[in-house]
Amino acid sequence: MSALAVVAAALQVVCVLAGAPLVVGGMRQVRARLEGRAGGGVGQPWRDLRKQLRKQQITPRGTTVVFAVAPAIAAGSTLLIAAIMPIFALGSPLDSTADLFGVVGLLFLGTVALTLAGLDTGTAFGGMGSSREITIAALVEPTILLAVFALSIPGQSANLAAIVSATLHNPGQVLSLGSVLAFVALVIVIIAETGRLPVDNPSTHLELTMIHEAMVLEYAGPKLALVEWASAMRLTVLLTLLANLFLPWGIAGADPSPLAVLLGLVAITVKVAMLAGALAAGEVFIAKLRYFRVPELLAGSFLLALLAVTASYFLATPTH
Amino acid sequence: MMTQATYAGVLDLTVGAFLLAAVLIVWRRELSSIVHLLAWQGAALAAIPLAEGIYRGDAGPIVVGVVVLVLRAGALPVLLLQAVGTADTERRESTPLVNTTSSLLITAGLTILAYAVTRPIIALNPAPATRAVPAAFAVILIAVFVMVSRRRALSQAVGFLMLDNSITATAFLITGGVPLIVELGASLDVLFAVFVLGVLTSRMRRTFGGTDLDQLRELRD
Repeated sequence: MSALAVVAAALQVVCVLAGAPLVVGGMRQVRARLEGRAGGGVGQPWRDLRKQLRKQQITPRGTTVVFAVAPAIAAGSTLLIAAIMPIFALGSPLDSTADLFGVVGLLFLGTVALTLAGLDTGTAFGGMGSSREITIAALVEPTILLAVFALSIPGQSANLAAIVSATLHNPGQVLSLGSVLAFVALVIVIIAETGRLPVDNPSTHLELTMIHEAMVLEYAGPKLALVEWASAMRLTVLLTLLANLFLPWGIAGADPSPLAVLLGLVAITVKVAMLAGALAAGEVFIAKLRYFRVPELLAGSFLLALLAVTASYFLATPTH
Repeated sequence: MMTQATYAGVLDLTVGAFLLAAVLIVWRRELSSIVHLLAWQGAALAAIPLAEGIYRGDAGPIVVGVVVLVLRAGALPVLLLQAVGTADTERRESTPLVNTTSSLLITAGLTILAYAVTRPIIALNPAPATRAVPAAFAVILIAVFVMVSRRRALSQAVGFLMLDNSITATAFLITGGVPLIVELGASLDVLFAVFVLGVLTSRMRRTFGGTDLDQLRELRD
């Protein structure tokens, strides 16, 4: 492990911190332009964060330490994922400590922390939002685990760097049936997990439909800034994961040169920008799904993930 | 000509598309999109003998494949589309006996079951075609499930055609090709069944004003 790999891993965390609000801003801007509005600009989420960070700290009466630490746990777990996973270089020093299953576990740690905080406030909206969020999370988790299992079969390992380098050495497997099915299942799951359309509408505060927003309704000031920052980072990290699992080209190797790290940074920026743009453009054309239809969508994605496992496990031709 | 690896890859992709079409038929409610999916499934079915004919350099399977393509991806879906009603209540499978979420989970269970029960068949001869048998077998089980869980006459007909597609696919995969005359006979049978079903559906609609088979269980005067 070279010193540069450690520097690259640290750089990954900084880039996710700085880039996540820009990803959200870019998606809002794409959406605004497609709907014929001027939009607030790509930097608007950063300006919002700065405004909220300057505000006074307010804690609702009767809330406990659960409410106070939840934003930090959500942000911290996402940053830990950013340090573990290969974003623009493969040889992160933390890489051997957690595989893809560990990353999924860390993601759900953040979800559970915010859910408990929603319950802790004791308000009607907080409880309702938490109940909805945990319903969706419970349906999402088996799908993610199955899709991860399907992806780990060709590389013979659930370690993220091993999966990515297996795809780099054998580019044809991206177009195999199991991989395509796992891709579709993961896209649906990422949409559900980050609360985008058609599962949840991130830009509304209508009490009948909101899920994530209802859960964090009691937060204000710096804590709200942290919650929003964490959800932007979660979206960025998941998009990066999607890009690197299925389109890993351009990523720097385990022992990179400075030029390779720079190239990896440019490659992942382009890939995430394209994925985010496609997601935002797709959202213009769809309406939010009724809450009671969401389990249908998630059962469908679960089935696709299951088919991905069977396809890559049973159908795959023996390579020897 | 293609190599063995390409042949195995093409076979996996076709059988996967075949299974995926069955799953999407369970998922969707619009009758017209169900019929379109059935056409795609027919095309995937036709690709199995076509790939085999090209791989072996044999004209027989290619002819069978072309016949299957014309009939299952062309003629039968067109006939079924004509039977889709124009009334709003007739265009959707609005209330299946089992709701969509449970249907999808049952489909997942049936797929696993198919893989479990076809293990001895794969063990007999682990060739690429035999390894794809479980997927075709899963579609047989899914088709039976669609037939028993839907209310509209048309979606039950789609279930029946899916059952026939999957039995044909299993035959192609296990025997490595069905004689042309057998395939022709079976296909003609299915064609006439669909003719009769189409006529029956339109007469049902004219007489009773709907094709919900559950309302036709008891006698009335």
